[in-house]
Amino acid sequence: MNNFKSILDNWTPEAIQRKLGGISTLHVEKALSKTNRNLDDFLALISPAAAPYLEIMAQKSRELTLQRFGNNMQLFAPMYLSNECQNICTYCGFSLDNKVRRKTLTDAEILKEVAALKEMGFDHILLVTGEANKTVGVDYLEHAIKLIKPYFANVSIEVQPLDQEEYERLIRCGLHSVLVYQETYYRDTYKTHHPKGKKSNFDYRLETPDRLGRAEIHKVGIGCLIGLEDWRIDSYYTAMHLQYLKQKYWKTKYSISFPRLRPFSGGQEPKVVMNDRELVQLICAYRLFDPDVELSLSTRETQHFRNHAIKLGITSVSAGSKTNPGGYAVEKQSLEQFEISDERGPNEISKLLVDNGYQPVWKDWDPALQYAE
Amino acid sequence: MLTIADKIFSSRLFTGTGKFPSYSLMKEALEVSESELVTVALRRVDIKNEQDHMLDHLAHERINILPNTSGVRTAKEAVFAAQLAAEAMETNWIKLEIHPDPRYLMPDPIETLKATEELSKKGFVVLPYIHADPVLCKRLEEVGASAVMPLGSPIGSNNGLKTLDFLKIIIEQSAVPVIVDAGLGVPSHAAQAMEIGADAVLVNTAIAVAGDPVGMAKAFKLAVEAGRLAYECGPGASTIKANSSSPLTEFLSYE
Repeated sequence: MNNFKSILDNWTPEAIQRKLGGISTLHVEKALSKTNRNLDDFLALISPAAAPYLEIMAQKSRELTLQRFGNNMQLFAPMYLSNECQNICTYCGFSLDNKVRRKTLTDAEILKEVAALKEMGFDHILLVTGEANKTVGVDYLEHAIKLIKPYFANVSIEVQPLDQEEYERLIRCGLHSVLVYQETYYRDTYKTHHPKGKKSNFDYRLETPDRLGRAEIHKVGIGCLIGLEDWRIDSYYTAMHLQYLKQKYWKTKYSISFPRLRPFSGGQEPKVVMNDRELVQLICAYRLFDPDVELSLSTRETQHFRNHAIKLGITSVSAGSKTNPGGYAVEKQSLEQFEISDERGPNEISKLLVDNGYQPVWKDWDPALQYAE
Repeated sequence: MLTIADKIFSSRLFTGTGKFPSYSLMKEALEVSESELVTVALRRVDIKNEQDHMLDHLAHERINILPNTSGVRTAKEAVFAAQLAAEAMETNWIKLEIHPDPRYLMPDPIETLKATEELSKKGFVVLPYIHADPVLCKRLEEVGASAVMPLGSPIGSNNGLKTLDFLKIIIEQSAVPVIVDAGLGVPSHAAQAMEIGADAVLVNTAIAVAGDPVGMAKAFKLAVEAGRLAYECGPGASTIKANSSSPLTEFLSYE
């Protein structure tokens, strides 16, 4: 089987744009009437031609999600361990050239944050860092996972891409999933937004899910940052990536996120703005394309949007998130990676879910299930 | 009456606990179903917390807990998880679910056979979830499975008895109870499984995701009872109408 790089290189954004331009309501209706949908159907469903079909897409998406995931919604919280970073990313608050105070949590501080998150009820945690190999390299991560593991049923990370052996090391310590977003699948645009640091290596990042698949990780999260480029084309690449990964690494589960670029102090405005209707269209299209993929919605989105979007295909949500190291207990005021929008805490989100007929699921994993010697 | 290991069951409807809108609805539905064996995923239970919400809602004298190992990918992981589940849920019964494929949750026959053998030796009452594979069922029986749980169609699909022909062979050959698990989407699917002689069925998604889970639990209860009764009554063979003219056997009319 081809690697994803060669698949990607066969599809220029212009070629996808041409394909997108040729989509008519006929394609959309055909895609809607099918039960197993392919990449062409996905493209039809995210096309402007599908906009008038939004309600029917939403209904089908809800039905499929209920069927596969039940009346359940997983809750998780991110925990930022460090904002030190050697990369320049034009859209990120932790960028090397952004003059902010840098902080990496000590063991005592991590445990303080853990206590605050446990108090809030969380059992699934996502550890986040910037990329600073000397301070938050794989040794630090391994140590942090070992420190945190006794308190949480499920530990995920969103950190710099690692080598396969490094992932295997972390999995042995109890790591369950890894989120690694390509940001944009446009090679040139990627270069513009990542001019300096290890992250500027497009291909190494692109092949990260392959290394994770070979390490037999339980779950990989992929996605693109919406706002850097045409969201339709970047999302189409994301769906292509998902399809490739599913076929190649069949023991791994996948999740997709669709973060829209949020303002941060000193940051840039999105090049392309995606409105709420379009985001709903994208969420439903992902669900119709893949009934089993997990779809995650963060606190970047507004309260109003989240109140409704949870019913349309989403399977996990974060709540009360802090995007700065120490944000829950240690140092509530330090600079955050991006501004969150929905500031409601887990209790309120939990109530929202219950009011909408969902059971909030705090625990859907157990360390005993990935026993390693 | 159905007997598995040393336990006698008066209900032949087993149920799951996933996907319900709330624990209170789950509790109500399970009560109405009259189910006596209820699966609980280890992944959903907080075994460190003695007052786990889900287990609290299942505290009923009629209900026996059947922990499952959903999430493991190998026999080794399953054996470890089963031991922890036994300790936490205070039972030596285990539903083995070993599915390395996280999408269709297809059971791994090789790992399941290995784990069944090992856990049976350790004194567990093992109920393995497997494909409707007659040979595998006999092999599982030989290594100590207390019942077999072949699938009707993929978990959560609500597609009914797609494996009907193989289920019939399994039921015919099996020396241990056969519980048809997975894919039963509507009560008629459950009734059909009972009519062909299944000892019990396990239903989760179809009840949990129904518009009215409590009403649907009742519908499944009735369907399972009706199907069983029909099986016990011995349905008449479906007849082929004789053709009035018998060109090939007419010559025998002198007899």
